[in-house]
Amino acid sequence: MAGIDRRDFLKLAGIGGAGVVFGSALPGMAGAAAQDDFYFVQLSDTHWGFEGPPNPDAKGTLKKAVAAVNALEQQPDFIVFTGDLTHTTDDPMERRKRLAEFKDIVAGLKAKTVRFMPGEHDASLDNGKAFREFFGSTYYTFDHKGVHFIALDNVSDPRAAIGDEQLAWLAADLKEQKADAPIVVLTHRPLFDLAPQWDWATRDGAKAVALLMPYTNVAVFYGHIHQEHHHMTGHIAHHAAKGLMFPLPAPGSQPKRSPLAWDPAEPYKGLGFRSVGVDKPAGFRLGEFPVQKKG
Amino acid sequence: MRTLRAGAACASIAVMVAGLGAYVVASSAVPQEKTIRIVSERFNYSPAEVTVRKGVPVILEFTTKDVLMGFNLPDFEAKVDIVPGKVARLRLVPDKTGTFVFLCDVFCGSGHEEMNGRLIVVD
Repeated sequence: MAGIDRRDFLKLAGIGGAGVVFGSALPGMAGAAAQDDFYFVQLSDTHWGFEGPPNPDAKGTLKKAVAAVNALEQQPDFIVFTGDLTHTTDDPMERRKRLAEFKDIVAGLKAKTVRFMPGEHDASLDNGKAFREFFGSTYYTFDHKGVHFIALDNVSDPRAAIGDEQLAWLAADLKEQKADAPIVVLTHRPLFDLAPQWDWATRDGAKAVALLMPYTNVAVFYGHIHQEHHHMTGHIAHHAAKGLMFPLPAPGSQPKRSPLAWDPAEPYKGLGFRSVGVDKPAGFRLGEFPVQKKG
Repeated sequence: MRTLRAGAACASIAVMVAGLGAYVVASSAVPQEKTIRIVSERFNYSPAEVTVRKGVPVILEFTTKDVLMGFNLPDFEAKVDIVPGKVARLRLVPDKTGTFVFLCDVFCGSGHEEMNGRLIVVD
């Protein structure tokens, strides 16, 4: 199925799989509604170390995001960063310096549990070596209040592949789950062919989706494309998050995927983070938060 | 998918079977497929624009000057990895005209997102 707008998605998500309610959150709002079992926050594509006209406040945006998350009335149960924590560099020392600086900044988050995933900018040039030194394994699972979370690595292989070994690990993990278990997959690249002409895909993503397909309550949260996007593969919903350095154009909308220009009239436009309220078994409540000028 | 590994792209002789007879046709007797050599290095292809004819088979031959690269032509579902020190070949029979983007789909550094080119298919 091609890209769908919010209204279509709402209709689709209400049939079969986990439902979704969208909301535009305002600063200071609680991230979760009263009926939610819990909520978590997704931040993505912080690209620490990037410099250039697309973001004149490259050194300040992540700090503003941290302040905005800390300002939420109700703190999330946990926070996940879905990759591209740092901007790529050929210099292994500089890569580690950026990862260290990033880690120091996000240490200021109030939430006690923060989980990290790599993006290709962090991991593709050294197969995830530096990332693992700072944050541990590039793929893992965890359970939280009855929801099974699976973090998939589709970036440590520079060919944008998950790989047979990790797919076997995924298959073994899923065998332990009931068919109707709530499952959330976290990853960096889209697991489906969103825009192959822009390399917005995972080579063997279809294999992962096929493994997930027998499970009736699955949602995927990912990054990479620096914008909110929603897509269904069968009953599985895929939700892309905004980035925190520069927005990118709509999938396939122009020849090149160059960053959108900074708009002085609307600074930080297109940047933000997401809250995900989990209400078993009804589904997910998504809130989109902007980056504020003051923070 | 029209992906071929190095060395598998070109048959030098063709065997034709007609009735009870078999004919071996030497390579010199059939039209030689055109080979277009493309050299990749971070973060460009040379040439970055390739023109071919619709319906005419062509061999695209790739090398890389530095790191592992990819060539992905999504509109033809054609892709191949370009490994340093090796020649990668891909046989293509374009079945439609137009201008089609190809790109590197192996992350190769800070200019990776800009590493692409155009295949132009004419009648």
